[in-house]
Amino acid sequence: MKTILTLAAMRIRITLRNKAFLFFSLIMPMVFFFLYGSVFAKGNVQAVTFLMGPVLSLTVMGTFWGLSMQLVTWREQGILRRFRLAPLSPATMIASSVIANYALILPTVFLQLFLARYIYHVTAFGNWITLFVFVILGITSFGALGLIVASVTNTMQETQIINQLLWFSFLFLSGATVPLSVLPVVVQRIGLFLPATYLVSGIQRGMVYNQGVWSLTVEIISLLAWGALAFFISSMLFRWEPEAKLPRNAKLWAVATILPFILLGIWENHNGKVLATAASMLADKPTENAPPPDRTK
Amino acid sequence: MPEPILLVENLEKRYADVHAVRGVSFSVNEGEVFGLLGPNGAGKTSTIEVLEGLRVPDGGRVSVCGLDPQKKPNELKAVIGATLQATSLPDKMRVAEAIRLFAGFYKKTRNPDELLRRFGLEEKRGSFYNQLSGGQKQRLALSMALVNDPRVLFLDEPTAGLDPQVRREIYTIIEELKAEKKTIVLTTHYIEEAEKLCDRVAIIDHGKVIAAGTPRELKRRSANTTRIEVRLSKPASNGTLKNLDGVEDARELDGAYVLHCQRTAPAIVALVKHLEAENNELVSLEIATPSLEDVFIELTGRRLRD
Repeated sequence: MKTILTLAAMRIRITLRNKAFLFFSLIMPMVFFFLYGSVFAKGNVQAVTFLMGPVLSLTVMGTFWGLSMQLVTWREQGILRRFRLAPLSPATMIASSVIANYALILPTVFLQLFLARYIYHVTAFGNWITLFVFVILGITSFGALGLIVASVTNTMQETQIINQLLWFSFLFLSGATVPLSVLPVVVQRIGLFLPATYLVSGIQRGMVYNQGVWSLTVEIISLLAWGALAFFISSMLFRWEPEAKLPRNAKLWAVATILPFILLGIWENHNGKVLATAASMLADKPTENAPPPDRTK
Repeated sequence: MPEPILLVENLEKRYADVHAVRGVSFSVNEGEVFGLLGPNGAGKTSTIEVLEGLRVPDGGRVSVCGLDPQKKPNELKAVIGATLQATSLPDKMRVAEAIRLFAGFYKKTRNPDELLRRFGLEEKRGSFYNQLSGGQKQRLALSMALVNDPRVLFLDEPTAGLDPQVRREIYTIIEELKAEKKTIVLTTHYIEEAEKLCDRVAIIDHGKVIAAGTPRELKRRSANTTRIEVRLSKPASNGTLKNLDGVEDARELDGAYVLHCQRTAPAIVALVKHLEAENNELVSLEIATPSLEDVFIELTGRRLRD
């Protein structure tokens, strides 16, 4: 455990010295925050509260990006080989990166909540427990997603491509940018298979509807199961060596991690609570503040 | 004979299309500096990385400090130290951070600050890894390899790519470690490195040990003959040079002719006469006392260089 913390502390230091990281985990989330808060919500308290779900989700989801890039760079440059000479296990390496991630992402989350309170005068944050359970779960499970990406890609380029694909599907199909209920029904149904959708809706339901964790157990369990599976499989697929070949069935294993969300997606497609909530949330708000304005017409 | 601290028996290592190590065997005693000498691609790195537990062997048996690297990886890693051929650290890691971090991975450690001082990195302790020169990086790698006070130290091409002055610095460090009776296994393709540093050497070529012994023993194989290396303005046939008075053997090597002679003076006289008669001219002539290089040329017919 001491080793994990030492490694995590080192990773935090190294990452903070990386300008690209500061851009992706601090500047970009803050741009989203002000864009949503001032442009989409026009500073309206209710609308900002509603949009904190997408804003916080984007901040949290971004973790997979930095983590996968760091791991792949380290492997490509032979840095992981040097670590391999020490008595360290893949699980130690992976756990340290997930822990480092909390320390790197949580300050931005707090900053956004703080600014929501003092710039946009949001006073009702709904259910704090739900909010934090989802933030923590999100950092863990999306961090684990980054590990999975790193374990099935061989080069930085591959990693970039996969990350872009994931990022854009999270952006546009999960309700993080365009509210789910304004999307075509087919797209909404596809969105129900994405973990990002449940992160956004979990945070929103906690903040807007004051829902407790007990009414969101299915979402929590799915995120938890997804994170645990991804963590476990990425430690199995962990490669120290730049030239190490991917086991033939590795990609299948990686795909297996989305199982919880296939199940949840099927279940949700039948019960439809998320979509209904998303629709009612949008209906509840003053329509002129619906984000982004041009898409709600 | 004391029990060897490191044992390799019939080691085999294959990659997709290369049979890199083909039945290598050797043993190293405690306190010894053992060299694996051979050209690039001979199988030295594969061998050493199996010993470090970084690669899985395809056959044979290895034991380091009585441990099988595949079965007891963490016990092994606690008692060995190593520098890799291409070690790297994150660009933005500071020197002192790196050595402290690695010190934190072991139960038994040496004082990181003392190691930095010893390796002349005191002034660089606050520098980022990417600000270090090649020699400083290698010194940091060495100090990191020693941070757990290992019983066996593996150095894979410790001076490759370094300029001569830095190379001498590294030699001094290795000689100091040798004086401390550290067991060291190093790989190199520099003859002088093997001759200068190693108590015993195994010459490896195409995945096989082709000769082993102390540098002196190996050199004794060609001790009775002196090597004369000549360059001529026109090509000469090997056959005629071989038949000269005093010349034992002659072969062409990279545009030069290497003559092995038992009696040097008559051989030179005969050579000059022969060239005059042939209307050929001597461009250069070099007389060398036997070195490991000669052993290698004798065994493989090739020169050992990168």
